Amino acid sequence: MSASSISVRELGFRYPGEHHDALRGLSIDVNAGERVAVLGPNGSGKTTFVMHLNGLLATQSGEVRIGDTPVVESNLVEIRRRIGAVFQDADDQLFMSSVREDVAFGPANLGVSGAELYELVERTLEQVGAAGYGDRNPHHLSGGEKRRVAIATVLSMDPDVLILDEPTSGLDPAGRRELIDLLSSLTQTQLIVTHDLPLALQLCDRSVIVSDGRVVADGPTPELLANVDLLAEHRLELPLGFDPSRL
Amino acid sequence: MPGDSRMHRLSPEAKLVAVVAVVVVIAMTPRRETVAFALYALGAWAIIATTKIGLLTYLKRLSVIIPFVMFALIVPFIGGGESVYVLGVSLSVDGLWATWNILAKAGLGATMSIALSATTPVPELLHGMTRLKVPRLLVAIIAFMLRYIDVLVEQLGRMRRSMVARGHDPRWLWQVKPIASSAGALFVRSYERGERVHQAMLARGYTGVMPTVSEQRASTKEWLAVLLCPFGAALVLTVAVV
Ligand SMILES: Nc1ncnc2c1ncn2[C@@H]1O[C@H](COP(=O)(O)OP(=O)(O)O)[C@@H](O)[C@H]1O
Ligand SMILES: [Mg+2]
Repeated sequence: MSASSISVRELGFRYPGEHHDALRGLSIDVNAGERVAVLGPNGSGKTTFVMHLNGLLATQSGEVRIGDTPVVESNLVEIRRRIGAVFQDADDQLFMSSVREDVAFGPANLGVSGAELYELVERTLEQVGAAGYGDRNPHHLSGGEKRRVAIATVLSMDPDVLILDEPTSGLDPAGRRELIDLLSSLTQTQLIVTHDLPLALQLCDRSVIVSDGRVVADGPTPELLANVDLLAEHRLELPLGFDPSRL
Repeated sequence: MPGDSRMHRLSPEAKLVAVVAVVVVIAMTPRRETVAFALYALGAWAIIATTKIGLLTYLKRLSVIIPFVMFALIVPFIGGGESVYVLGVSLSVDGLWATWNILAKAGLGATMSIALSATTPVPELLHGMTRLKVPRLLVAIIAFMLRYIDVLVEQLGRMRRSMVARGHDPRWLWQVKPIASSAGALFVRSYERGERVHQAMLARGYTGVMPTVSEQRASTKEWLAVLLCPFGAALVLTVAVV
């Protein structure tokens, strides 16, 4: 297991047929092994941004690098092996008819097969606390189980970077706690897109706020969350009665 | 798939080929060969018995043929030709044979499919198809249909509930218009889902070829055991016709 840095320079993007830029010069640097929360209101461009990291959206202007490798068409095979992206809706991530096949999908595309593949799947499921789930139908898992299996589907590719888009949405408190335990046990570089400010505080020393397609704040999570005006300006809210200074 | 019988352990591709072959033989059987149908039924029920799924489950699953039954029951009333009188109602003889034909073949075909599906989990069935050299893309399409049909039905359920919550009560067939128009919304959502699933596949290194996961093949012994069924049925058919 290794980790890679991420470097994004002046990223701009407009969806075809739209009149508004989804990204307007977004820049960020993340060190290898760092865990950073990406905060921001709905529609601020967070999902659009992370879709550039593994080349699902092609760069229109600016530059993205994973380690020393630029994210361009000719590097996509390597980039997609190194970046594990966990999407917002776990039902999109779990598209095969059994958990085992879903976790095997990535490594099988990389050429792993037979007993080695089987072992890898079992080991990864155990790592996310889903040992013995191999034969289950992904559709019949609980929200928390789906999320952990979704993470297993990218961990099985041994990525350097993990990108999680709103990983706690739709989870109950127990599922949320298990997810936090899992993420804090992983050593990859992690980018966690979330509205869940307490999650950011618990997991990430550093946070950035994305608003209107740009990074508008970047700093230690406790400092950002203590800045009530900054949060209000970007439609971010701590849960009622939550006091960041007391954590 | 709960349960573990001999049938469960047979390789999926062998079972799949056997079931398709048996169904073909049944479909080819002339409708007046009632003895042949009786023998098929005995064989089919013997197979069902080995799956240990229980009579109630069997009957419940068999109920999928009810729409065909309904259709088949109409035929004697509208068929032409020679007729017989039953309780003072004129029924077409040809129509009665047609009804029998549909019922017998649909019932037997469904029974064989139930034996297959009760003992073969979907992923295994799909692997079996791949090993039978069914094109990967076709297998993938079937797999996705099966995987997302539940998600779609759930989505439709959610849409229905939200309509009910807003005072609409689609209890009768002539009240389905809002549901019908929501089918459009459902289609758009399915399309978007398809896009997102495709992206999730690309993100994990998909290049247009579905990877094979399991490589286990059926043994010759398994093939022989399983193919006894269609051979038996074909023998019955030959004897009956000759
Ligand atoms: N597929 C798309 N086509 C057109 N516009 C889009 C698409 N996806 C997102 N957008 C628009 O781009 C902007 C950023 O969206 P998104 O990246 O999804 O934000 P976030 O993830 O922060 O909620 C929004 O204005 C949104 O409406
Ligand atoms: Mg988003």
